[in-house]
Amino acid sequence: MTATAPYRSPLGTAGRDGFARLVHAEWTKFRTAPGGPAGLVLAALLVVGLGLLSAAGSHASCSKGPVEVPCPVPPRGPGGEAVEDHFFFAHQPLRGDGSITVRVSAMSGRIRLPDAVPGVRNVATAMTPWARAGLMIKASTRQGASYAAVMVTAEHGVRMQHDFTEDVAGLPGKVTPSTPRWLRLTRTGDTVTGEESADGVRWTKVAAVRLPGLPAQARVGLFAASPGDVRVTGNAVGGSTVTSRFSEVTAVMDRLDVRGAGTGGAFALDDIGVSYELDGSPHHPGGFRESGGTYTITGVGDIAPLTVGSTVENTLAGAMFALVAVIVVGVLSVTAEYRRGLVRTTLLASPRRGRVLVAKAVVVLAATFAGSLAATAVTLPLAKRVLAGNGVHLLPVSALTELRVVAGVAGVLAVSAVLALAFGALLRRGAAAVIAAVAAVLVPYVLATTSVLPEPVADWLLRVTPAAGFAVQQSIPEYPQVVGHHAPAGGFYPLPPWAGFAVLCGYAALVLALAVRRLNREDA
Amino acid sequence: MRRATLAEWTKLRTVPGASGLLAGTVVLTVALGALAATVVRCEAAGCGPDATRLALTGVQLGQALVALLAVTAVCGEYGSGMIRTSLAAVPRRGALLAAKAAVVTGPALAAGAVAVLGSVLAGRLLLPGSGFTPEHGYPPLSLLDGPTLRAAAGSVLYFGLIALLGVGIAVAVRDPAAAAGVVLGLLYLFPLAVRLVADEDVQRLLWAVSPTNAGLAVQATTDAAALPLTPWAGLGVLAAWAAAALALGALVLHRRDA
Repeated sequence: MTATAPYRSPLGTAGRDGFARLVHAEWTKFRTAPGGPAGLVLAALLVVGLGLLSAAGSHASCSKGPVEVPCPVPPRGPGGEAVEDHFFFAHQPLRGDGSITVRVSAMSGRIRLPDAVPGVRNVATAMTPWARAGLMIKASTRQGASYAAVMVTAEHGVRMQHDFTEDVAGLPGKVTPSTPRWLRLTRTGDTVTGEESADGVRWTKVAAVRLPGLPAQARVGLFAASPGDVRVTGNAVGGSTVTSRFSEVTAVMDRLDVRGAGTGGAFALDDIGVSYELDGSPHHPGGFRESGGTYTITGVGDIAPLTVGSTVENTLAGAMFALVAVIVVGVLSVTAEYRRGLVRTTLLASPRRGRVLVAKAVVVLAATFAGSLAATAVTLPLAKRVLAGNGVHLLPVSALTELRVVAGVAGVLAVSAVLALAFGALLRRGAAAVIAAVAAVLVPYVLATTSVLPEPVADWLLRVTPAAGFAVQQSIPEYPQVVGHHAPAGGFYPLPPWAGFAVLCGYAALVLALAVRRLNREDA
Repeated sequence: MRRATLAEWTKLRTVPGASGLLAGTVVLTVALGALAATVVRCEAAGCGPDATRLALTGVQLGQALVALLAVTAVCGEYGSGMIRTSLAAVPRRGALLAAKAAVVTGPALAAGAVAVLGSVLAGRLLLPGSGFTPEHGYPPLSLLDGPTLRAAAGSVLYFGLIALLGVGIAVAVRDPAAAAGVVLGLLYLFPLAVRLVADEDVQRLLWAVSPTNAGLAVQATTDAAALPLTPWAGLGVLAAWAAAALALGALVLHRRDA
């Protein structure tokens, strides 16, 4: 027996069937086909054009009585986020270490409800769930200054909060005259410890937190704050309006004990963050009264990061429109070959079929990502400048988050194009593939944000469908302790940013695998 | 014209998948309507939602398959070159387009009627379980009720108009993927745009020119007064879109080589 070497074409070289060659061939086809580049240019123009158009058309105006004034820029917290810092603070100086202890013996409040009779204020005796009062140590009385506070809330028990975004739960339960709560705040260096007690004898630590920027001389005292009563109403054409109505809380405290250098004098009173009427009187003022060792403190407002407002991802809303264009591009990159019969030539040149499809996916992914990234990277900063010129302040986020939004939106478009390509290869029919991809990515998003479906169903849709990928653009996190409209329609997604993006990628990989399977098993 | 229609009917009948798409339209429409009727709850009297509209939510999903039917029926002929044979047999291009539009719209209306009846029935059975009871101000859905009948009949017509819109755009665009992209963009991006703009006047304007938002106004039974257009005027907006698409299609068919 003689062994014969298998025939090798003298023309071919080892490099010719390399994956790089395949990608290069697919890139040449993509570049020269009429649909691909034109579709990507259209997608980029939609992102840039709609982003700038909507920025140019957005104006913010704030009025003070009949006078129009520039809208105030919200204060920034220690972490750089925009915050609301509005509460009543009765405080004393504290130099160095020290502590403050108090007993909270009663809490009550008032809420303005929607008018039952038009024009007549409808005020009820009740508290919003996060109405709170307690002890605070704050770097200064400047809005946005670093702080730590231990407090009792209307419905969320004892909490220890600091620097606006952080919240630790203590024991649950409400304050009533028969079940008072003792609170204590202790400063040791830059560590602040919050404790609670039911009887003032046995104490339970709620949390110990570090405030790195706390100066040697800080302010320590009693505070009260009551976030507005937030209600969401839909309008007839599918939009929704979030209104926050006035609410205030009044707490009664006694058994005050302040220790440390500088303390012991009279309380200084500050209605921090209160706004003023035209005549100079405060709008919804808080208050403080002391009689025989009993302190009654009333506060309005919230101490929390702002989560409602224009966000950086709002400037990239054109991506929803570009999505349809890139889906068509992805589908055409495959189905055009089937329609013209080119696919048979392609498979003849490269018989390992799965690799052909993967090479195609790589080309579509890279080209769509590059085109979309160019568009998003230009649009976001430009739209931000235009908006700032119009008096609209976007909720500030870190540069890293901004980068995630810019790259993430481009990534959603690119992976959606790959999903569309995979549907094209799986179904082999252009119209069916486009509809499948749109039904998978866009329709769940539309149903979740604009239809009658209630929030739990909308959340569920944005968890299990490829539309979960849009979560990558959410720049403002959802804080459980912050009252707001945290629904898909408000730009809040049920999954964390990268988890949502991973769901979309998973679907793209799954459909691509099914397409490779069909390509390997059936005639082209 | 009769022969042209018959020929188109034969083509549509023998295209694989057409009956599947019609069945899919019915299933998706009824399924989403039933889901909405189950998950949206009414806890007290005057809770707000329009029960008829709720039961007919599925139309928003079913319309995608009707659009797909229209696009495949037209673009399939361009893909295979069959269109040249068709035009050789029926040289009057307007007649060919009219025949095609008629045979796509007929089944779409039929499937729409089944889907809408199924949705109303599902709503009648499921809504009371979600709290939409007479005590809360919601009598059972009934086609004997004037506004509900109008909503149901209007929804059937809505499916027919989506089919016409799809045919017109498909004839104008020719490529199936691009045609499907254009139709779906028209159907699903307007509602998003309404939500994305902040100004309420612009919202109402976008709503009033949107084929889906305005077209589905025909489903409104309780909140119709708050909408920018009356129910039939809203359906008229969709009809105008369909007419414009067909006119564009006819123009392209006349002017351009097939």
